[in-house]
Amino acid sequence: MKWFISPRELRRKGVVGMNQRNADLIAEHNPRPLYPLVDDKLRTKQLALEAGMAVPELYGVIETNHDIRHLPRIVARSDDFVIKPAHGAGGNGILVITGRMRDSFRKSSGRMVDLEGVGHHVSNVLSGMHSLGGQPDKAMVEYRVKFDPLFEKVSHQGVPDIRTVVYKGYPIMAMVRLPTRDSDGKANLHQGAVGVGVNLGTGRTGKGVWHNRIVDVHPDTGAPIQGLQIPGWDALLEMAARCFEITGLGYLGVDVVLDRERGPLMLELNARPGLAVQLANGSGLGERVRLIESLHREGLSPQRRAALAQECFSSAAKPAA
Amino acid sequence: MKRFHLPLLIMALVAMSLTMFYHKAFNLGFPLTPAQTTSNWIVEARVGFEPTGGAVTARVFIPDQPRGLAILDENFISRGYGLTTGLVGENREAVWTTRQPSGRQVLYYRTTVYRLDRDRRGEDPYPGPVSPPQWEEPYASAAEEVITRVRARSADITSFATVLVRDLKQEPDENISLFVSSSDSDRAKVRTAIDLLAGARIPARMAHGIPLTERSRDLQLQTWLEVHNTREWVPINIHDGSVGYPENFMVWWYGDEDPVRLNRARNPQISFAVTQNYMDAIDVAQQRAQVMDSWLMDFSLFNLPVQTQNMYRVLLLVPLGAMIIVLLRNIVGIQTFGTFMPVLIALSFRETELLGGIILFTLIVSLGLAIRFYLDRLKLLLVPRLASVVIVVIMLMLTLSILSHNLGIEHGLSVALFPMVILAMTIERMSIVWEEHGPSDAIRQGIGSLAVAAAAYLLMINPTIDHLFFVFPELLLIALAVTLLLGRYTGYRLSELVRFKAFKGEKAS
Repeated sequence: MKWFISPRELRRKGVVGMNQRNADLIAEHNPRPLYPLVDDKLRTKQLALEAGMAVPELYGVIETNHDIRHLPRIVARSDDFVIKPAHGAGGNGILVITGRMRDSFRKSSGRMVDLEGVGHHVSNVLSGMHSLGGQPDKAMVEYRVKFDPLFEKVSHQGVPDIRTVVYKGYPIMAMVRLPTRDSDGKANLHQGAVGVGVNLGTGRTGKGVWHNRIVDVHPDTGAPIQGLQIPGWDALLEMAARCFEITGLGYLGVDVVLDRERGPLMLELNARPGLAVQLANGSGLGERVRLIESLHREGLSPQRRAALAQECFSSAAKPAA
Repeated sequence: MKRFHLPLLIMALVAMSLTMFYHKAFNLGFPLTPAQTTSNWIVEARVGFEPTGGAVTARVFIPDQPRGLAILDENFISRGYGLTTGLVGENREAVWTTRQPSGRQVLYYRTTVYRLDRDRRGEDPYPGPVSPPQWEEPYASAAEEVITRVRARSADITSFATVLVRDLKQEPDENISLFVSSSDSDRAKVRTAIDLLAGARIPARMAHGIPLTERSRDLQLQTWLEVHNTREWVPINIHDGSVGYPENFMVWWYGDEDPVRLNRARNPQISFAVTQNYMDAIDVAQQRAQVMDSWLMDFSLFNLPVQTQNMYRVLLLVPLGAMIIVLLRNIVGIQTFGTFMPVLIALSFRETELLGGIILFTLIVSLGLAIRFYLDRLKLLLVPRLASVVIVVIMLMLTLSILSHNLGIEHGLSVALFPMVILAMTIERMSIVWEEHGPSDAIRQGIGSLAVAAAAYLLMINPTIDHLFFVFPELLLIALAVTLLLGRYTGYRLSELVRFKAFKGEKAS
């Protein structure tokens, strides 16, 4: 009886399972034709820019193998940059260059790679190796986020980000995703990143989950992960809530990074956000979805919705102990 | 209406499938288990006679939907005769005619019958009470005496007949001995019994038939008594009064007429020969369906060329495998490479068998993976790299086949074209997962795929399931219905009960 939990107890806690997520949340609220808006990060970025939201600056786009020769010109502007597939899934195919020494580039892991290596990565991206369904893809070269010192002690390489689940435009749950040695600098929980629950009302972190286990400290650095205050939390939630307007998706994952200089930047959107956020917050999504259904009114502004959600869920997440 | 749409669809699918299944299994007699044989008999009647000059007509009774049996095939063999068949009263007869016969004539009637538990013959209506015969004295009073005594010891029509037959046989008292003598033939005894039964206003008739044995020639015709108990004709053994025909008894004709009636010929002779055969039950059912003119047979897989049939034997199991995948992925929550890769792997196991398949699969995938990582260092593009992996996989299999053949192991040889493509695809997929999600995910998904494939394979090689889906392809509708039903399952997956175990014991929020 120790290694599993009864379905009745899960249901009582309002935990949403994979099948229920697919049927009741995604199929119900995310119309298929809207998927390209978020599956193509380039389009997402354009939509966000049109709406006046802060995003990492785009240095250039490479669309064909022939265009790879423009790579040196694109990256000439900055010593550090990120290359990612426009249709990448699950953080795959992202190459982070943190510095440059003459003709070689330093990857976030510290390993060096030459221009040819970067070009090979780009051509892999173009061939669709990292993309949903293996479709030919575009490679985006963009600003590398210098993440806020807040998470310095609780990250191992990579960029920690804040995932907010937005239901019908209301932020309902959030977590900070901390890269670990296991996750190879990626911020995806199933790859071994730590998910830390965030009190929606205050923006203060609670307990974390790592490989489906509850943790209090970062597994690599040993630093405590609880009680961190995310700066500009209200603005961040409002930004997340606004993503509903620009996409129309009713069940949305908004990934935001905190940049040292530029503040919260919207990194990408996800039409199929995972369920690990429930573990990180020790709370079920089903409960919160029901609460929003009862409060929901048409025509509220993103600010109002974010404020309403903060009110509702301020006590929901476990207080940092 | 929307709420009931899917349940109604599922119910309709299941009902349609079961109706067709029932009709084929129980009305047409398609076997439910593989390699089932049905015994059938070839019965041959040989009719001989001598013409006396002029055009000859020979009327011969032939069986008409004999009780408990089904006729599969009929042949009439004669030289220079015209032939018509038709119904005469309760019987069917063949009429052979010829103008100028010479010498002794022999005609053959041959039929193939097999046992059928359901009687297709409609029940004969009650002919109504018969009028008693007009006897002269002393027969009239003797008959009355016999009938009164039998009636006193019987309960209904059947037991009346049974008691009467026993009395005729055992008690030659003065009343009965007026009617029978011990030297009477069976036929005469039956005739007497029918007369006496008529005295009690009970309809009765004579039946002639042969026992179907394993193999015999010159079978003796047996004569039976049948009485109508107002619901059906009940056969009664004229020797001991027992009720019912023995197993495998074929009634040839009813009535007191001779089986062969000749015009301008004499010395009629009829003899019967029987040979028992075993036939594939499917063939029998097919022939039967053709005889019954069932439209279902126009859509049967058995009409296809044998090679196509063999292909469908495999293909029809793919939906079943797909159903297993849905079950294991959405209910159990096992992770696999792609959605239907495991079905394909299971299909390739068919050619290698399970253990050999798993060993071969693991071996080739690990070797291929190693080579794939080496190729990755050469910085090849996706498509050329995939092509290189395919080439290397073929070379690996070639090496493995030659090696295992030289070592005297035959399993390695059975790798065919189909598994090869699947192996190459698996290697490519696994290497991508390996790179992007780490080795633990790749290995977990690899083992998951193998486990699901093994489960699907075990189900797919089951000869009964193989047989059922091939003979009754309408069962696919049930597979579809189950899959549709599973498609609405929004509960937790079993794996999630483990994944979310961290919620255990915490206060609900």
